Amino acid sequence: MGLDVESRRVVEVEEGGTVEELVVNVGPSHPSTHGVCRVIAHLDSEIVTKAEPVIGHLHRGIEKMAENRTYLQVVPLTDRLDYVGSMYANWAYCRAVERLASIRVPDRAEYLRVIVCEMQRIASHMMAIGSAGADSGAVTQFVYAFDQRERIIEHFEELCGARLTYNYVRPGGVSHDLPEGWIESLLAFCESHRKGLDMMDKLFFGNVIARGRMKGVGVLSAEEAVAWGASGPVARGSGVEWDLRKHDPYSVYPRLDFEVPIGSNGDCYDRGRVRLLECYESCSIIEQAIAQLEPGAIMADGVPRLLAPLPGDAYDHIESARGSLGVYLVSDGSPRPYRMKVRSPAFCNLALLPMLAEGHLLSDLVVILGSLDPVFGEVDR
Amino acid sequence: MKITDLRDHLCQVYPDLCPLFSIEFGDGVLAVPCGNLFDAASDLRDLGFDRLGMVTAVDQAEEFELVYRLQSRSMLAGIFLKCSVPRENPRVKSLVDLWPAALWQEREVFDLFGIVFDGHPDLRRIMLPEDWEGHPLRKDYRDERMIRRPDYI
Repeated sequence: MGLDVESRRVVEVEEGGTVEELVVNVGPSHPSTHGVCRVIAHLDSEIVTKAEPVIGHLHRGIEKMAENRTYLQVVPLTDRLDYVGSMYANWAYCRAVERLASIRVPDRAEYLRVIVCEMQRIASHMMAIGSAGADSGAVTQFVYAFDQRERIIEHFEELCGARLTYNYVRPGGVSHDLPEGWIESLLAFCESHRKGLDMMDKLFFGNVIARGRMKGVGVLSAEEAVAWGASGPVARGSGVEWDLRKHDPYSVYPRLDFEVPIGSNGDCYDRGRVRLLECYESCSIIEQAIAQLEPGAIMADGVPRLLAPLPGDAYDHIESARGSLGVYLVSDGSPRPYRMKVRSPAFCNLALLPMLAEGHLLSDLVVILGSLDPVFGEVDR
Repeated sequence: MKITDLRDHLCQVYPDLCPLFSIEFGDGVLAVPCGNLFDAASDLRDLGFDRLGMVTAVDQAEEFELVYRLQSRSMLAGIFLKCSVPRENPRVKSLVDLWPAALWQEREVFDLFGIVFDGHPDLRRIMLPEDWEGHPLRKDYRDERMIRRPDYI
């Protein structure tokens, strides 16, 4: 955090005296900002009176780039949106393409998509929970969470060769079938992951210091969450029951039995703990999906390399680890999308930061930002 | 109210728009003149569309098509609200008063398409630097750093 040169401003207060307002520039490259986010924080002593996020440092114009590539060539671009959860953007994009081109995806591919996306949810939440620990000074938590995350990434590496940008979900299906022994090792992971979650729940969410840092900090009411378009754990932490897997069921989710954990207070603690509880549900979804998985094709028949859907538009969305991730595609009949828009949950959730941070300590700003779990590849696009 | 009843209701309120209203895949599409956008959105909000999901625009040569996606938690349905703004001096009334979710999303459309939202309290660029010239998601946008991708296909 550096001091802005022109940052000292004298503010008159009513009682006749003056206080000095300090403007502190947080970021854009600082570990606590979870990527390249700059926050201009106006401080009254240590209390944030106004926090203004400045985004766009990672704006690569992915929506513009997509207009110049074929439908298949766009899939690797979607990896670079939410790089902590690439599978989601792959899937949301492919669903929009499939809707636009009326492609029916084989059952096995749908199950594989559900399995990898629930694994991705665990991996992404481990990042969120781990960095929530690092943000509030509990570095041990960070290491334990990343240990869990690493094991998922290893499974992904074995599955599709990549650790971060998977390019796994393709229009019509998925790119690879499961390697030998992969399912057994994934089931073993789910078993041990539950123990890891139990431990983290006690170690971090039960810890008196962590609770003190997160309880009652950055409170978001349910009405505000709805009005601001918040989604994912940010909305559910405030008690808003909104999960597209349940409320706009897609793929094979209706055949799977799971709960949607919700919080009650809408503070950083509830947002974090909702993520932890979701990981238990994800383990159970993975196990059910594996039990229902049957042999079959992993790619729809007759999907051409060069897709040229009929003119029209299509929107589809999925529940990513951050919330409702939607892709809006417009086709003009050519082999390239005429327009692609990504409805980014991280972008909408980050818009809450000025409201949530106001009146809290500067050190809490970092915890609040972390609890919104933004990934700047997706915020800036 | 169910999404299927919504059609009848909207046809009563906007009789001349009735043919433009369709329900596909459980998603409705309502195209309105841009002057009526705010009122239509306000009506839909009162009917139970309590979330503003997405705001975007599409460059359709002579005009920009503005696309709003509203969601209803009670009906478990989504609806697209569309309006066409002229390319010259594109202006439309902001929906920030209805949903604060529009605050950043409309800024993004302003930044990348140059559509001005009247009544928006903080209409500035959001993705690009303040001194950027032009609006990159317009199809006629050019700048000297752009490289034409070769036509391999």
